[in-house]
Amino acid sequence: MHGRPRKAPKPEDEAASTAKAQKLRALQSQFFSFHHDKIYTKEAVELSAKLLEINPESYTAWNYRKLAVEHYLSQPECNPDSVKSVLDDELRVVESALRQNFKSYGAWHHRKWVLSKGHSSINHELRLLDKFQKADSRNFHAWNYRRFVAHLMNRSEHDELKYTEDMIYTNFSNYSAWHNRSVLLSALLEKKAEGFLLKENVLPEEYEFIHQAIFTDPDDQSGWFYNLWLLDQTVTTDSPLLVSTWPTHGSDVLILRDGCQNGSSFSPFTTLHSESGSFPIVLYFNQPVEGVNSSTVTIECGFNKNGYLLWEPLSVSNSQAAQVWVAHLKFPTSELDSSVEVSVGHSKGIISTRGFQYCHPSSFSFNVHVQPVEKDSFQVSVAESILWREENFKVYSAQSEESIPIATFDQLCIKDGHDSTASNWRTEALAKEVECFRELLSLMDCKIGKLTLARLLTAYDAMSFPFANKLVHSEEVLKLYNDLMKLDPTHHRYYKDEHSLVVLQKMTSSKESLLQHCFQYKDSVSSVIANPICLRLNNLSLSRIGAFEKLLWVQMLDLSHNELQSIEGLEAMQLLSCLGLGHNKLRSITALEPLRKLKSLRVLDISYNQIGDHSIDTTRYLCSSPLSHSVGSELNTDETVISDAALVNYWEAFYMFKDLKLNQLDIVGNTIADEKFKSALVKIMPTLKRLDDELLN
Amino acid sequence: MDDIPPYPPIDPTTFDLIVIGTGLPESIIAAAASTASKSVLHLDPNPFYGSHFSSLPLADLPSFLSTHSTSPSSPRPHSSEDSNEFSVLDLSTRPLYSSIDISCFSPDLLDQNSRKFNLDVAGPRVFFCADKSIELILNTGANQYMEFKSIDATFVGDNKGNLLNVPDSRAAIFKDKSMGLKEKNQLMRFFKLVQGHLAGELDVKISDEDLQSPFVDFLNKMGLPPKIKSFILYAIAMADYDQEDTGVCRDLLKTKDGIDQLALYNASIGRFQNASGALLYPIYGQGELSQAFCRRAAVKGCIYVLRMPVTALLVDKDSGCYKGVRLASGQDIFSQKLILDPTFKVTLPSGSSPPPPLQAKLPFFSQKDDRGKIARGICITATSLKPDMSNFLVVYPPRSLFPEQATSIRLLQIASNLAVCPPGMFVLYISALCDGDDQGKKLIHAVMNTLLTVPPINSESNAAVQSETTESGCAVQDETAESSSTGPSDPGEGKPTLLWSALYNQDLTLGQVDFICSTPMPDGKLNNDYLIDVAVKLFKKIYPEDEFFPQTSSENPEDDGDGDVSPET
Repeated sequence: MHGRPRKAPKPEDEAASTAKAQKLRALQSQFFSFHHDKIYTKEAVELSAKLLEINPESYTAWNYRKLAVEHYLSQPECNPDSVKSVLDDELRVVESALRQNFKSYGAWHHRKWVLSKGHSSINHELRLLDKFQKADSRNFHAWNYRRFVAHLMNRSEHDELKYTEDMIYTNFSNYSAWHNRSVLLSALLEKKAEGFLLKENVLPEEYEFIHQAIFTDPDDQSGWFYNLWLLDQTVTTDSPLLVSTWPTHGSDVLILRDGCQNGSSFSPFTTLHSESGSFPIVLYFNQPVEGVNSSTVTIECGFNKNGYLLWEPLSVSNSQAAQVWVAHLKFPTSELDSSVEVSVGHSKGIISTRGFQYCHPSSFSFNVHVQPVEKDSFQVSVAESILWREENFKVYSAQSEESIPIATFDQLCIKDGHDSTASNWRTEALAKEVECFRELLSLMDCKIGKLTLARLLTAYDAMSFPFANKLVHSEEVLKLYNDLMKLDPTHHRYYKDEHSLVVLQKMTSSKESLLQHCFQYKDSVSSVIANPICLRLNNLSLSRIGAFEKLLWVQMLDLSHNELQSIEGLEAMQLLSCLGLGHNKLRSITALEPLRKLKSLRVLDISYNQIGDHSIDTTRYLCSSPLSHSVGSELNTDETVISDAALVNYWEAFYMFKDLKLNQLDIVGNTIADEKFKSALVKIMPTLKRLDDELLN
Repeated sequence: MDDIPPYPPIDPTTFDLIVIGTGLPESIIAAAASTASKSVLHLDPNPFYGSHFSSLPLADLPSFLSTHSTSPSSPRPHSSEDSNEFSVLDLSTRPLYSSIDISCFSPDLLDQNSRKFNLDVAGPRVFFCADKSIELILNTGANQYMEFKSIDATFVGDNKGNLLNVPDSRAAIFKDKSMGLKEKNQLMRFFKLVQGHLAGELDVKISDEDLQSPFVDFLNKMGLPPKIKSFILYAIAMADYDQEDTGVCRDLLKTKDGIDQLALYNASIGRFQNASGALLYPIYGQGELSQAFCRRAAVKGCIYVLRMPVTALLVDKDSGCYKGVRLASGQDIFSQKLILDPTFKVTLPSGSSPPPPLQAKLPFFSQKDDRGKIARGICITATSLKPDMSNFLVVYPPRSLFPEQATSIRLLQIASNLAVCPPGMFVLYISALCDGDDQGKKLIHAVMNTLLTVPPINSESNAAVQSETTESGCAVQDETAESSSTGPSDPGEGKPTLLWSALYNQDLTLGQVDFICSTPMPDGKLNNDYLIDVAVKLFKKIYPEDEFFPQTSSENPEDDGDGDVSPET
């Protein structure tokens, strides 16, 4: 059924198809008139059958037949026998339609509908399926229907698993069969059926099985998909975990109300500036979770007596699940020195998107020091601009006892701890896989093998050294991605992205390597950044950014001179106040969406990107539109602004920037940045003081 | 042969071609000649079709073998003097089987069922789904007289009785439990290389230099481990001789030939939808094939006379040219051409010297060609060698059973679902090329001892071929027979118990293209490709102007074939 070349139609075929079309048109118009007049006589119903036999794709005809059946069932004269015969007729029509086209969605759906009525015998169905699965063993419609029938018949998962295995043995190049296997195994594991109690007993056999396929024919992709599913099953812990937080456990946070730090002994890494009278608390999980609220996350401190906090999911989509959650804790105006303890998951309710409970209750605490306002420094720094120039940065020399708040597990008080045996089998399984794929690559050069090995090593490092922050295999992984970029240019961008992530993970894996990228901005300190430490990740040819869980503390970030097309995930860096994205490959305003979540962002450099170069915005679909409900309501509140004709043309800019309180924006060097656009920006952001290094009034 | 019924006279008395013997090559030639509108008389001294290619009932096999194992006791007295026109050259049979050894351990069981057996004289023999014989069967329409079933699997055996599945396809490699991941990868890559080469993909083309080099060298060059090399050489390419010992190897496979064999194997898998593997076997035995061609010939007007021995050839006195044959009935029949079964040889007329032109030819014709022998064995058991499988092939590569084993030994198990034996029994055909009788016996015994429980025999005098001796030998073995028939599984080792066996060595003869054309004996290969080549060659020799089975446009043999190959469902 697959890989058959299409033949060009012969003249006689075309004639036949014209004749067929004519016949079909006549049938169709008659059918539509019956349908319109709600005529369900025998003749009318037979006509629809005729139509479907020629064209099984006629959804209207299928729906008409459903109506006809319902009509019949509502008649007083119908009895169980006649109902059965009417439904059997439907099954016959479906069968002949499927013979015409066994991939007809409408026909398969109709069959499901008929069977759901519960009057038909289902014993015939498996035989029918055998026929279709013999004709095309991959036909996913048939497989899908098979799952439906198996459920209806209460066929055991074991039987279906055996059937699927037989199909795989006949020809393992069968995506549908492998998929069905993963569905069945998931069900068995979830039920904790006999023999499927523990993943660690089931998965090794599955690995063994899939290796046979991968080694026999590494070019066949169907097996790799199953392998990827297994890898996911191995790596992903069922229960979500808290990976990092800001502030980190045991840290001393100094908050400057409106001024700058004045010779205090606090580490610049944990000093921040707050105009709003609150500071963020960030929770970073290993997978998206729901249900983070003031009952699942409790807070104890001297100044927030009722303990209520509004937790917000940080995700660009409007979903209620997110990997990162933030809450803003208000502090009193007076000078303060208080400790805060945050407890996560002591009462149930945090649930992963896959339905698993957070079950590692943990807590972290930190001290907050609020420094009173110092008016002098406030005035001095008003008009100062941030310039991302090399001479403005100097290597940061850390004070001896200073700790960079790289959040790690060991800094969290995880009371329950991880079940070490449970993670042992995962590490062992990964180690085995690594060995296996090294062997495959020793036999042949195989791109999917390299990719899998790279993924395995990354996962292995992440799993075996969660506390030590070591990435022992990062060099090997980087080499693999470099090879892949050469070997498989079609997917260069993907490999480049992965490469970038590993580079960042490696860089953030130790204090020493991270410090190499920490610079001090000027001698004098700007008002907008209480913390003069700038993390400079410029000139690294990064195409994607990651490792956010290690970078929650960053307030000033230089990502200039990279190859970024997206800044996905950047919304996690809630403390960010200065962001340099100059000289990248951002192509649209909508690509900046993550910035909307950064409430403290004041200085933004997006100069010399490609915004406006391309008429087609490839990230557009990811972004909400003014027509979607969520944004629409926001727009209404600002009708005065939207009524401005100039802004209507730049609604994306309006949408993106209106909630940002930027003081300084650099946008020069983008096609979009003409005078009209810039004047629109000024209207959108009344807070803006500098645009492209020009002081605004 | 004393009770031969009176022969009816044959009319007409002149034909284009007389074919003597209904073995496979003779039957093909008879069918081809009939199709080319020749008048053909096809004779066989036996009361059945197939001659040395026949499938015989259990009781008939020993007598057939013994008939062809001895030189005629005494030359028949001259039936007539030379006439004026031609000289009479007496035909005698030559011994083609030697060292015949029939053992019976369960006489009652077998006596009751003797007629239910169809034992191949020339076993083990199978078809590859894409080989020349299947092509010929489909092209000639002979498939309408035959039905086939798929052979379930091929194994490679070792001296401990283990049978390793031969992974001969992608699905089989995937499913295989005995190979490591590395081996699976290597083997599949090799298959892909061969497939790519055959498909003409330029980047995987095998160089001419490699194609001309020994196949085993090429396999080494590809870095294939010994086990996989052995699979490819002996269980897929079906090499006869030890490819890694040039001292004993008489047929060193070139890469080109090896690739051709793999191509045949590859094309065979999946050729027919209802045949799972590469190999086929005909229902009712291999004898069906010769018979199918005879039927094909008969449809085209060929006249068949069985039970009709030929006593002499008639040759022109002056030129020494062939004229006709003298039948056992005394009738002389004349034809332009003659095809002779390998059973016969010409004896010089006693007392008188042959006509001068024959003096040069006869010694050559009557000389025994020395192509060595093939040892064959037929064993009957009541249990399968593999509990869950009926029909399969086992190959023992050279040196796999004992160090001096120089040739491959092949074993084919066929079950009752192919109508070769009564239900619940299995027939094992074993063969191996050998030089002499002792060596042949050793090869066959090595397999039997590895796989079967052979009940003890009281009188070892089985070398004497009298069937009476054998039967009396059996009588003593009643107890063994009883136990083996009631409880077939031997609790000791779990090996099937031998119920009956026939071991014999068969001479290999070349077909001859000379003043008289004679056909070859069954060869040592697993399929019939060589025999079909010879048949084509002989046909071309006698009818250079005619086409060998011209394609008729009305038929679409490919379509017919698909439906007929396997009637399993």
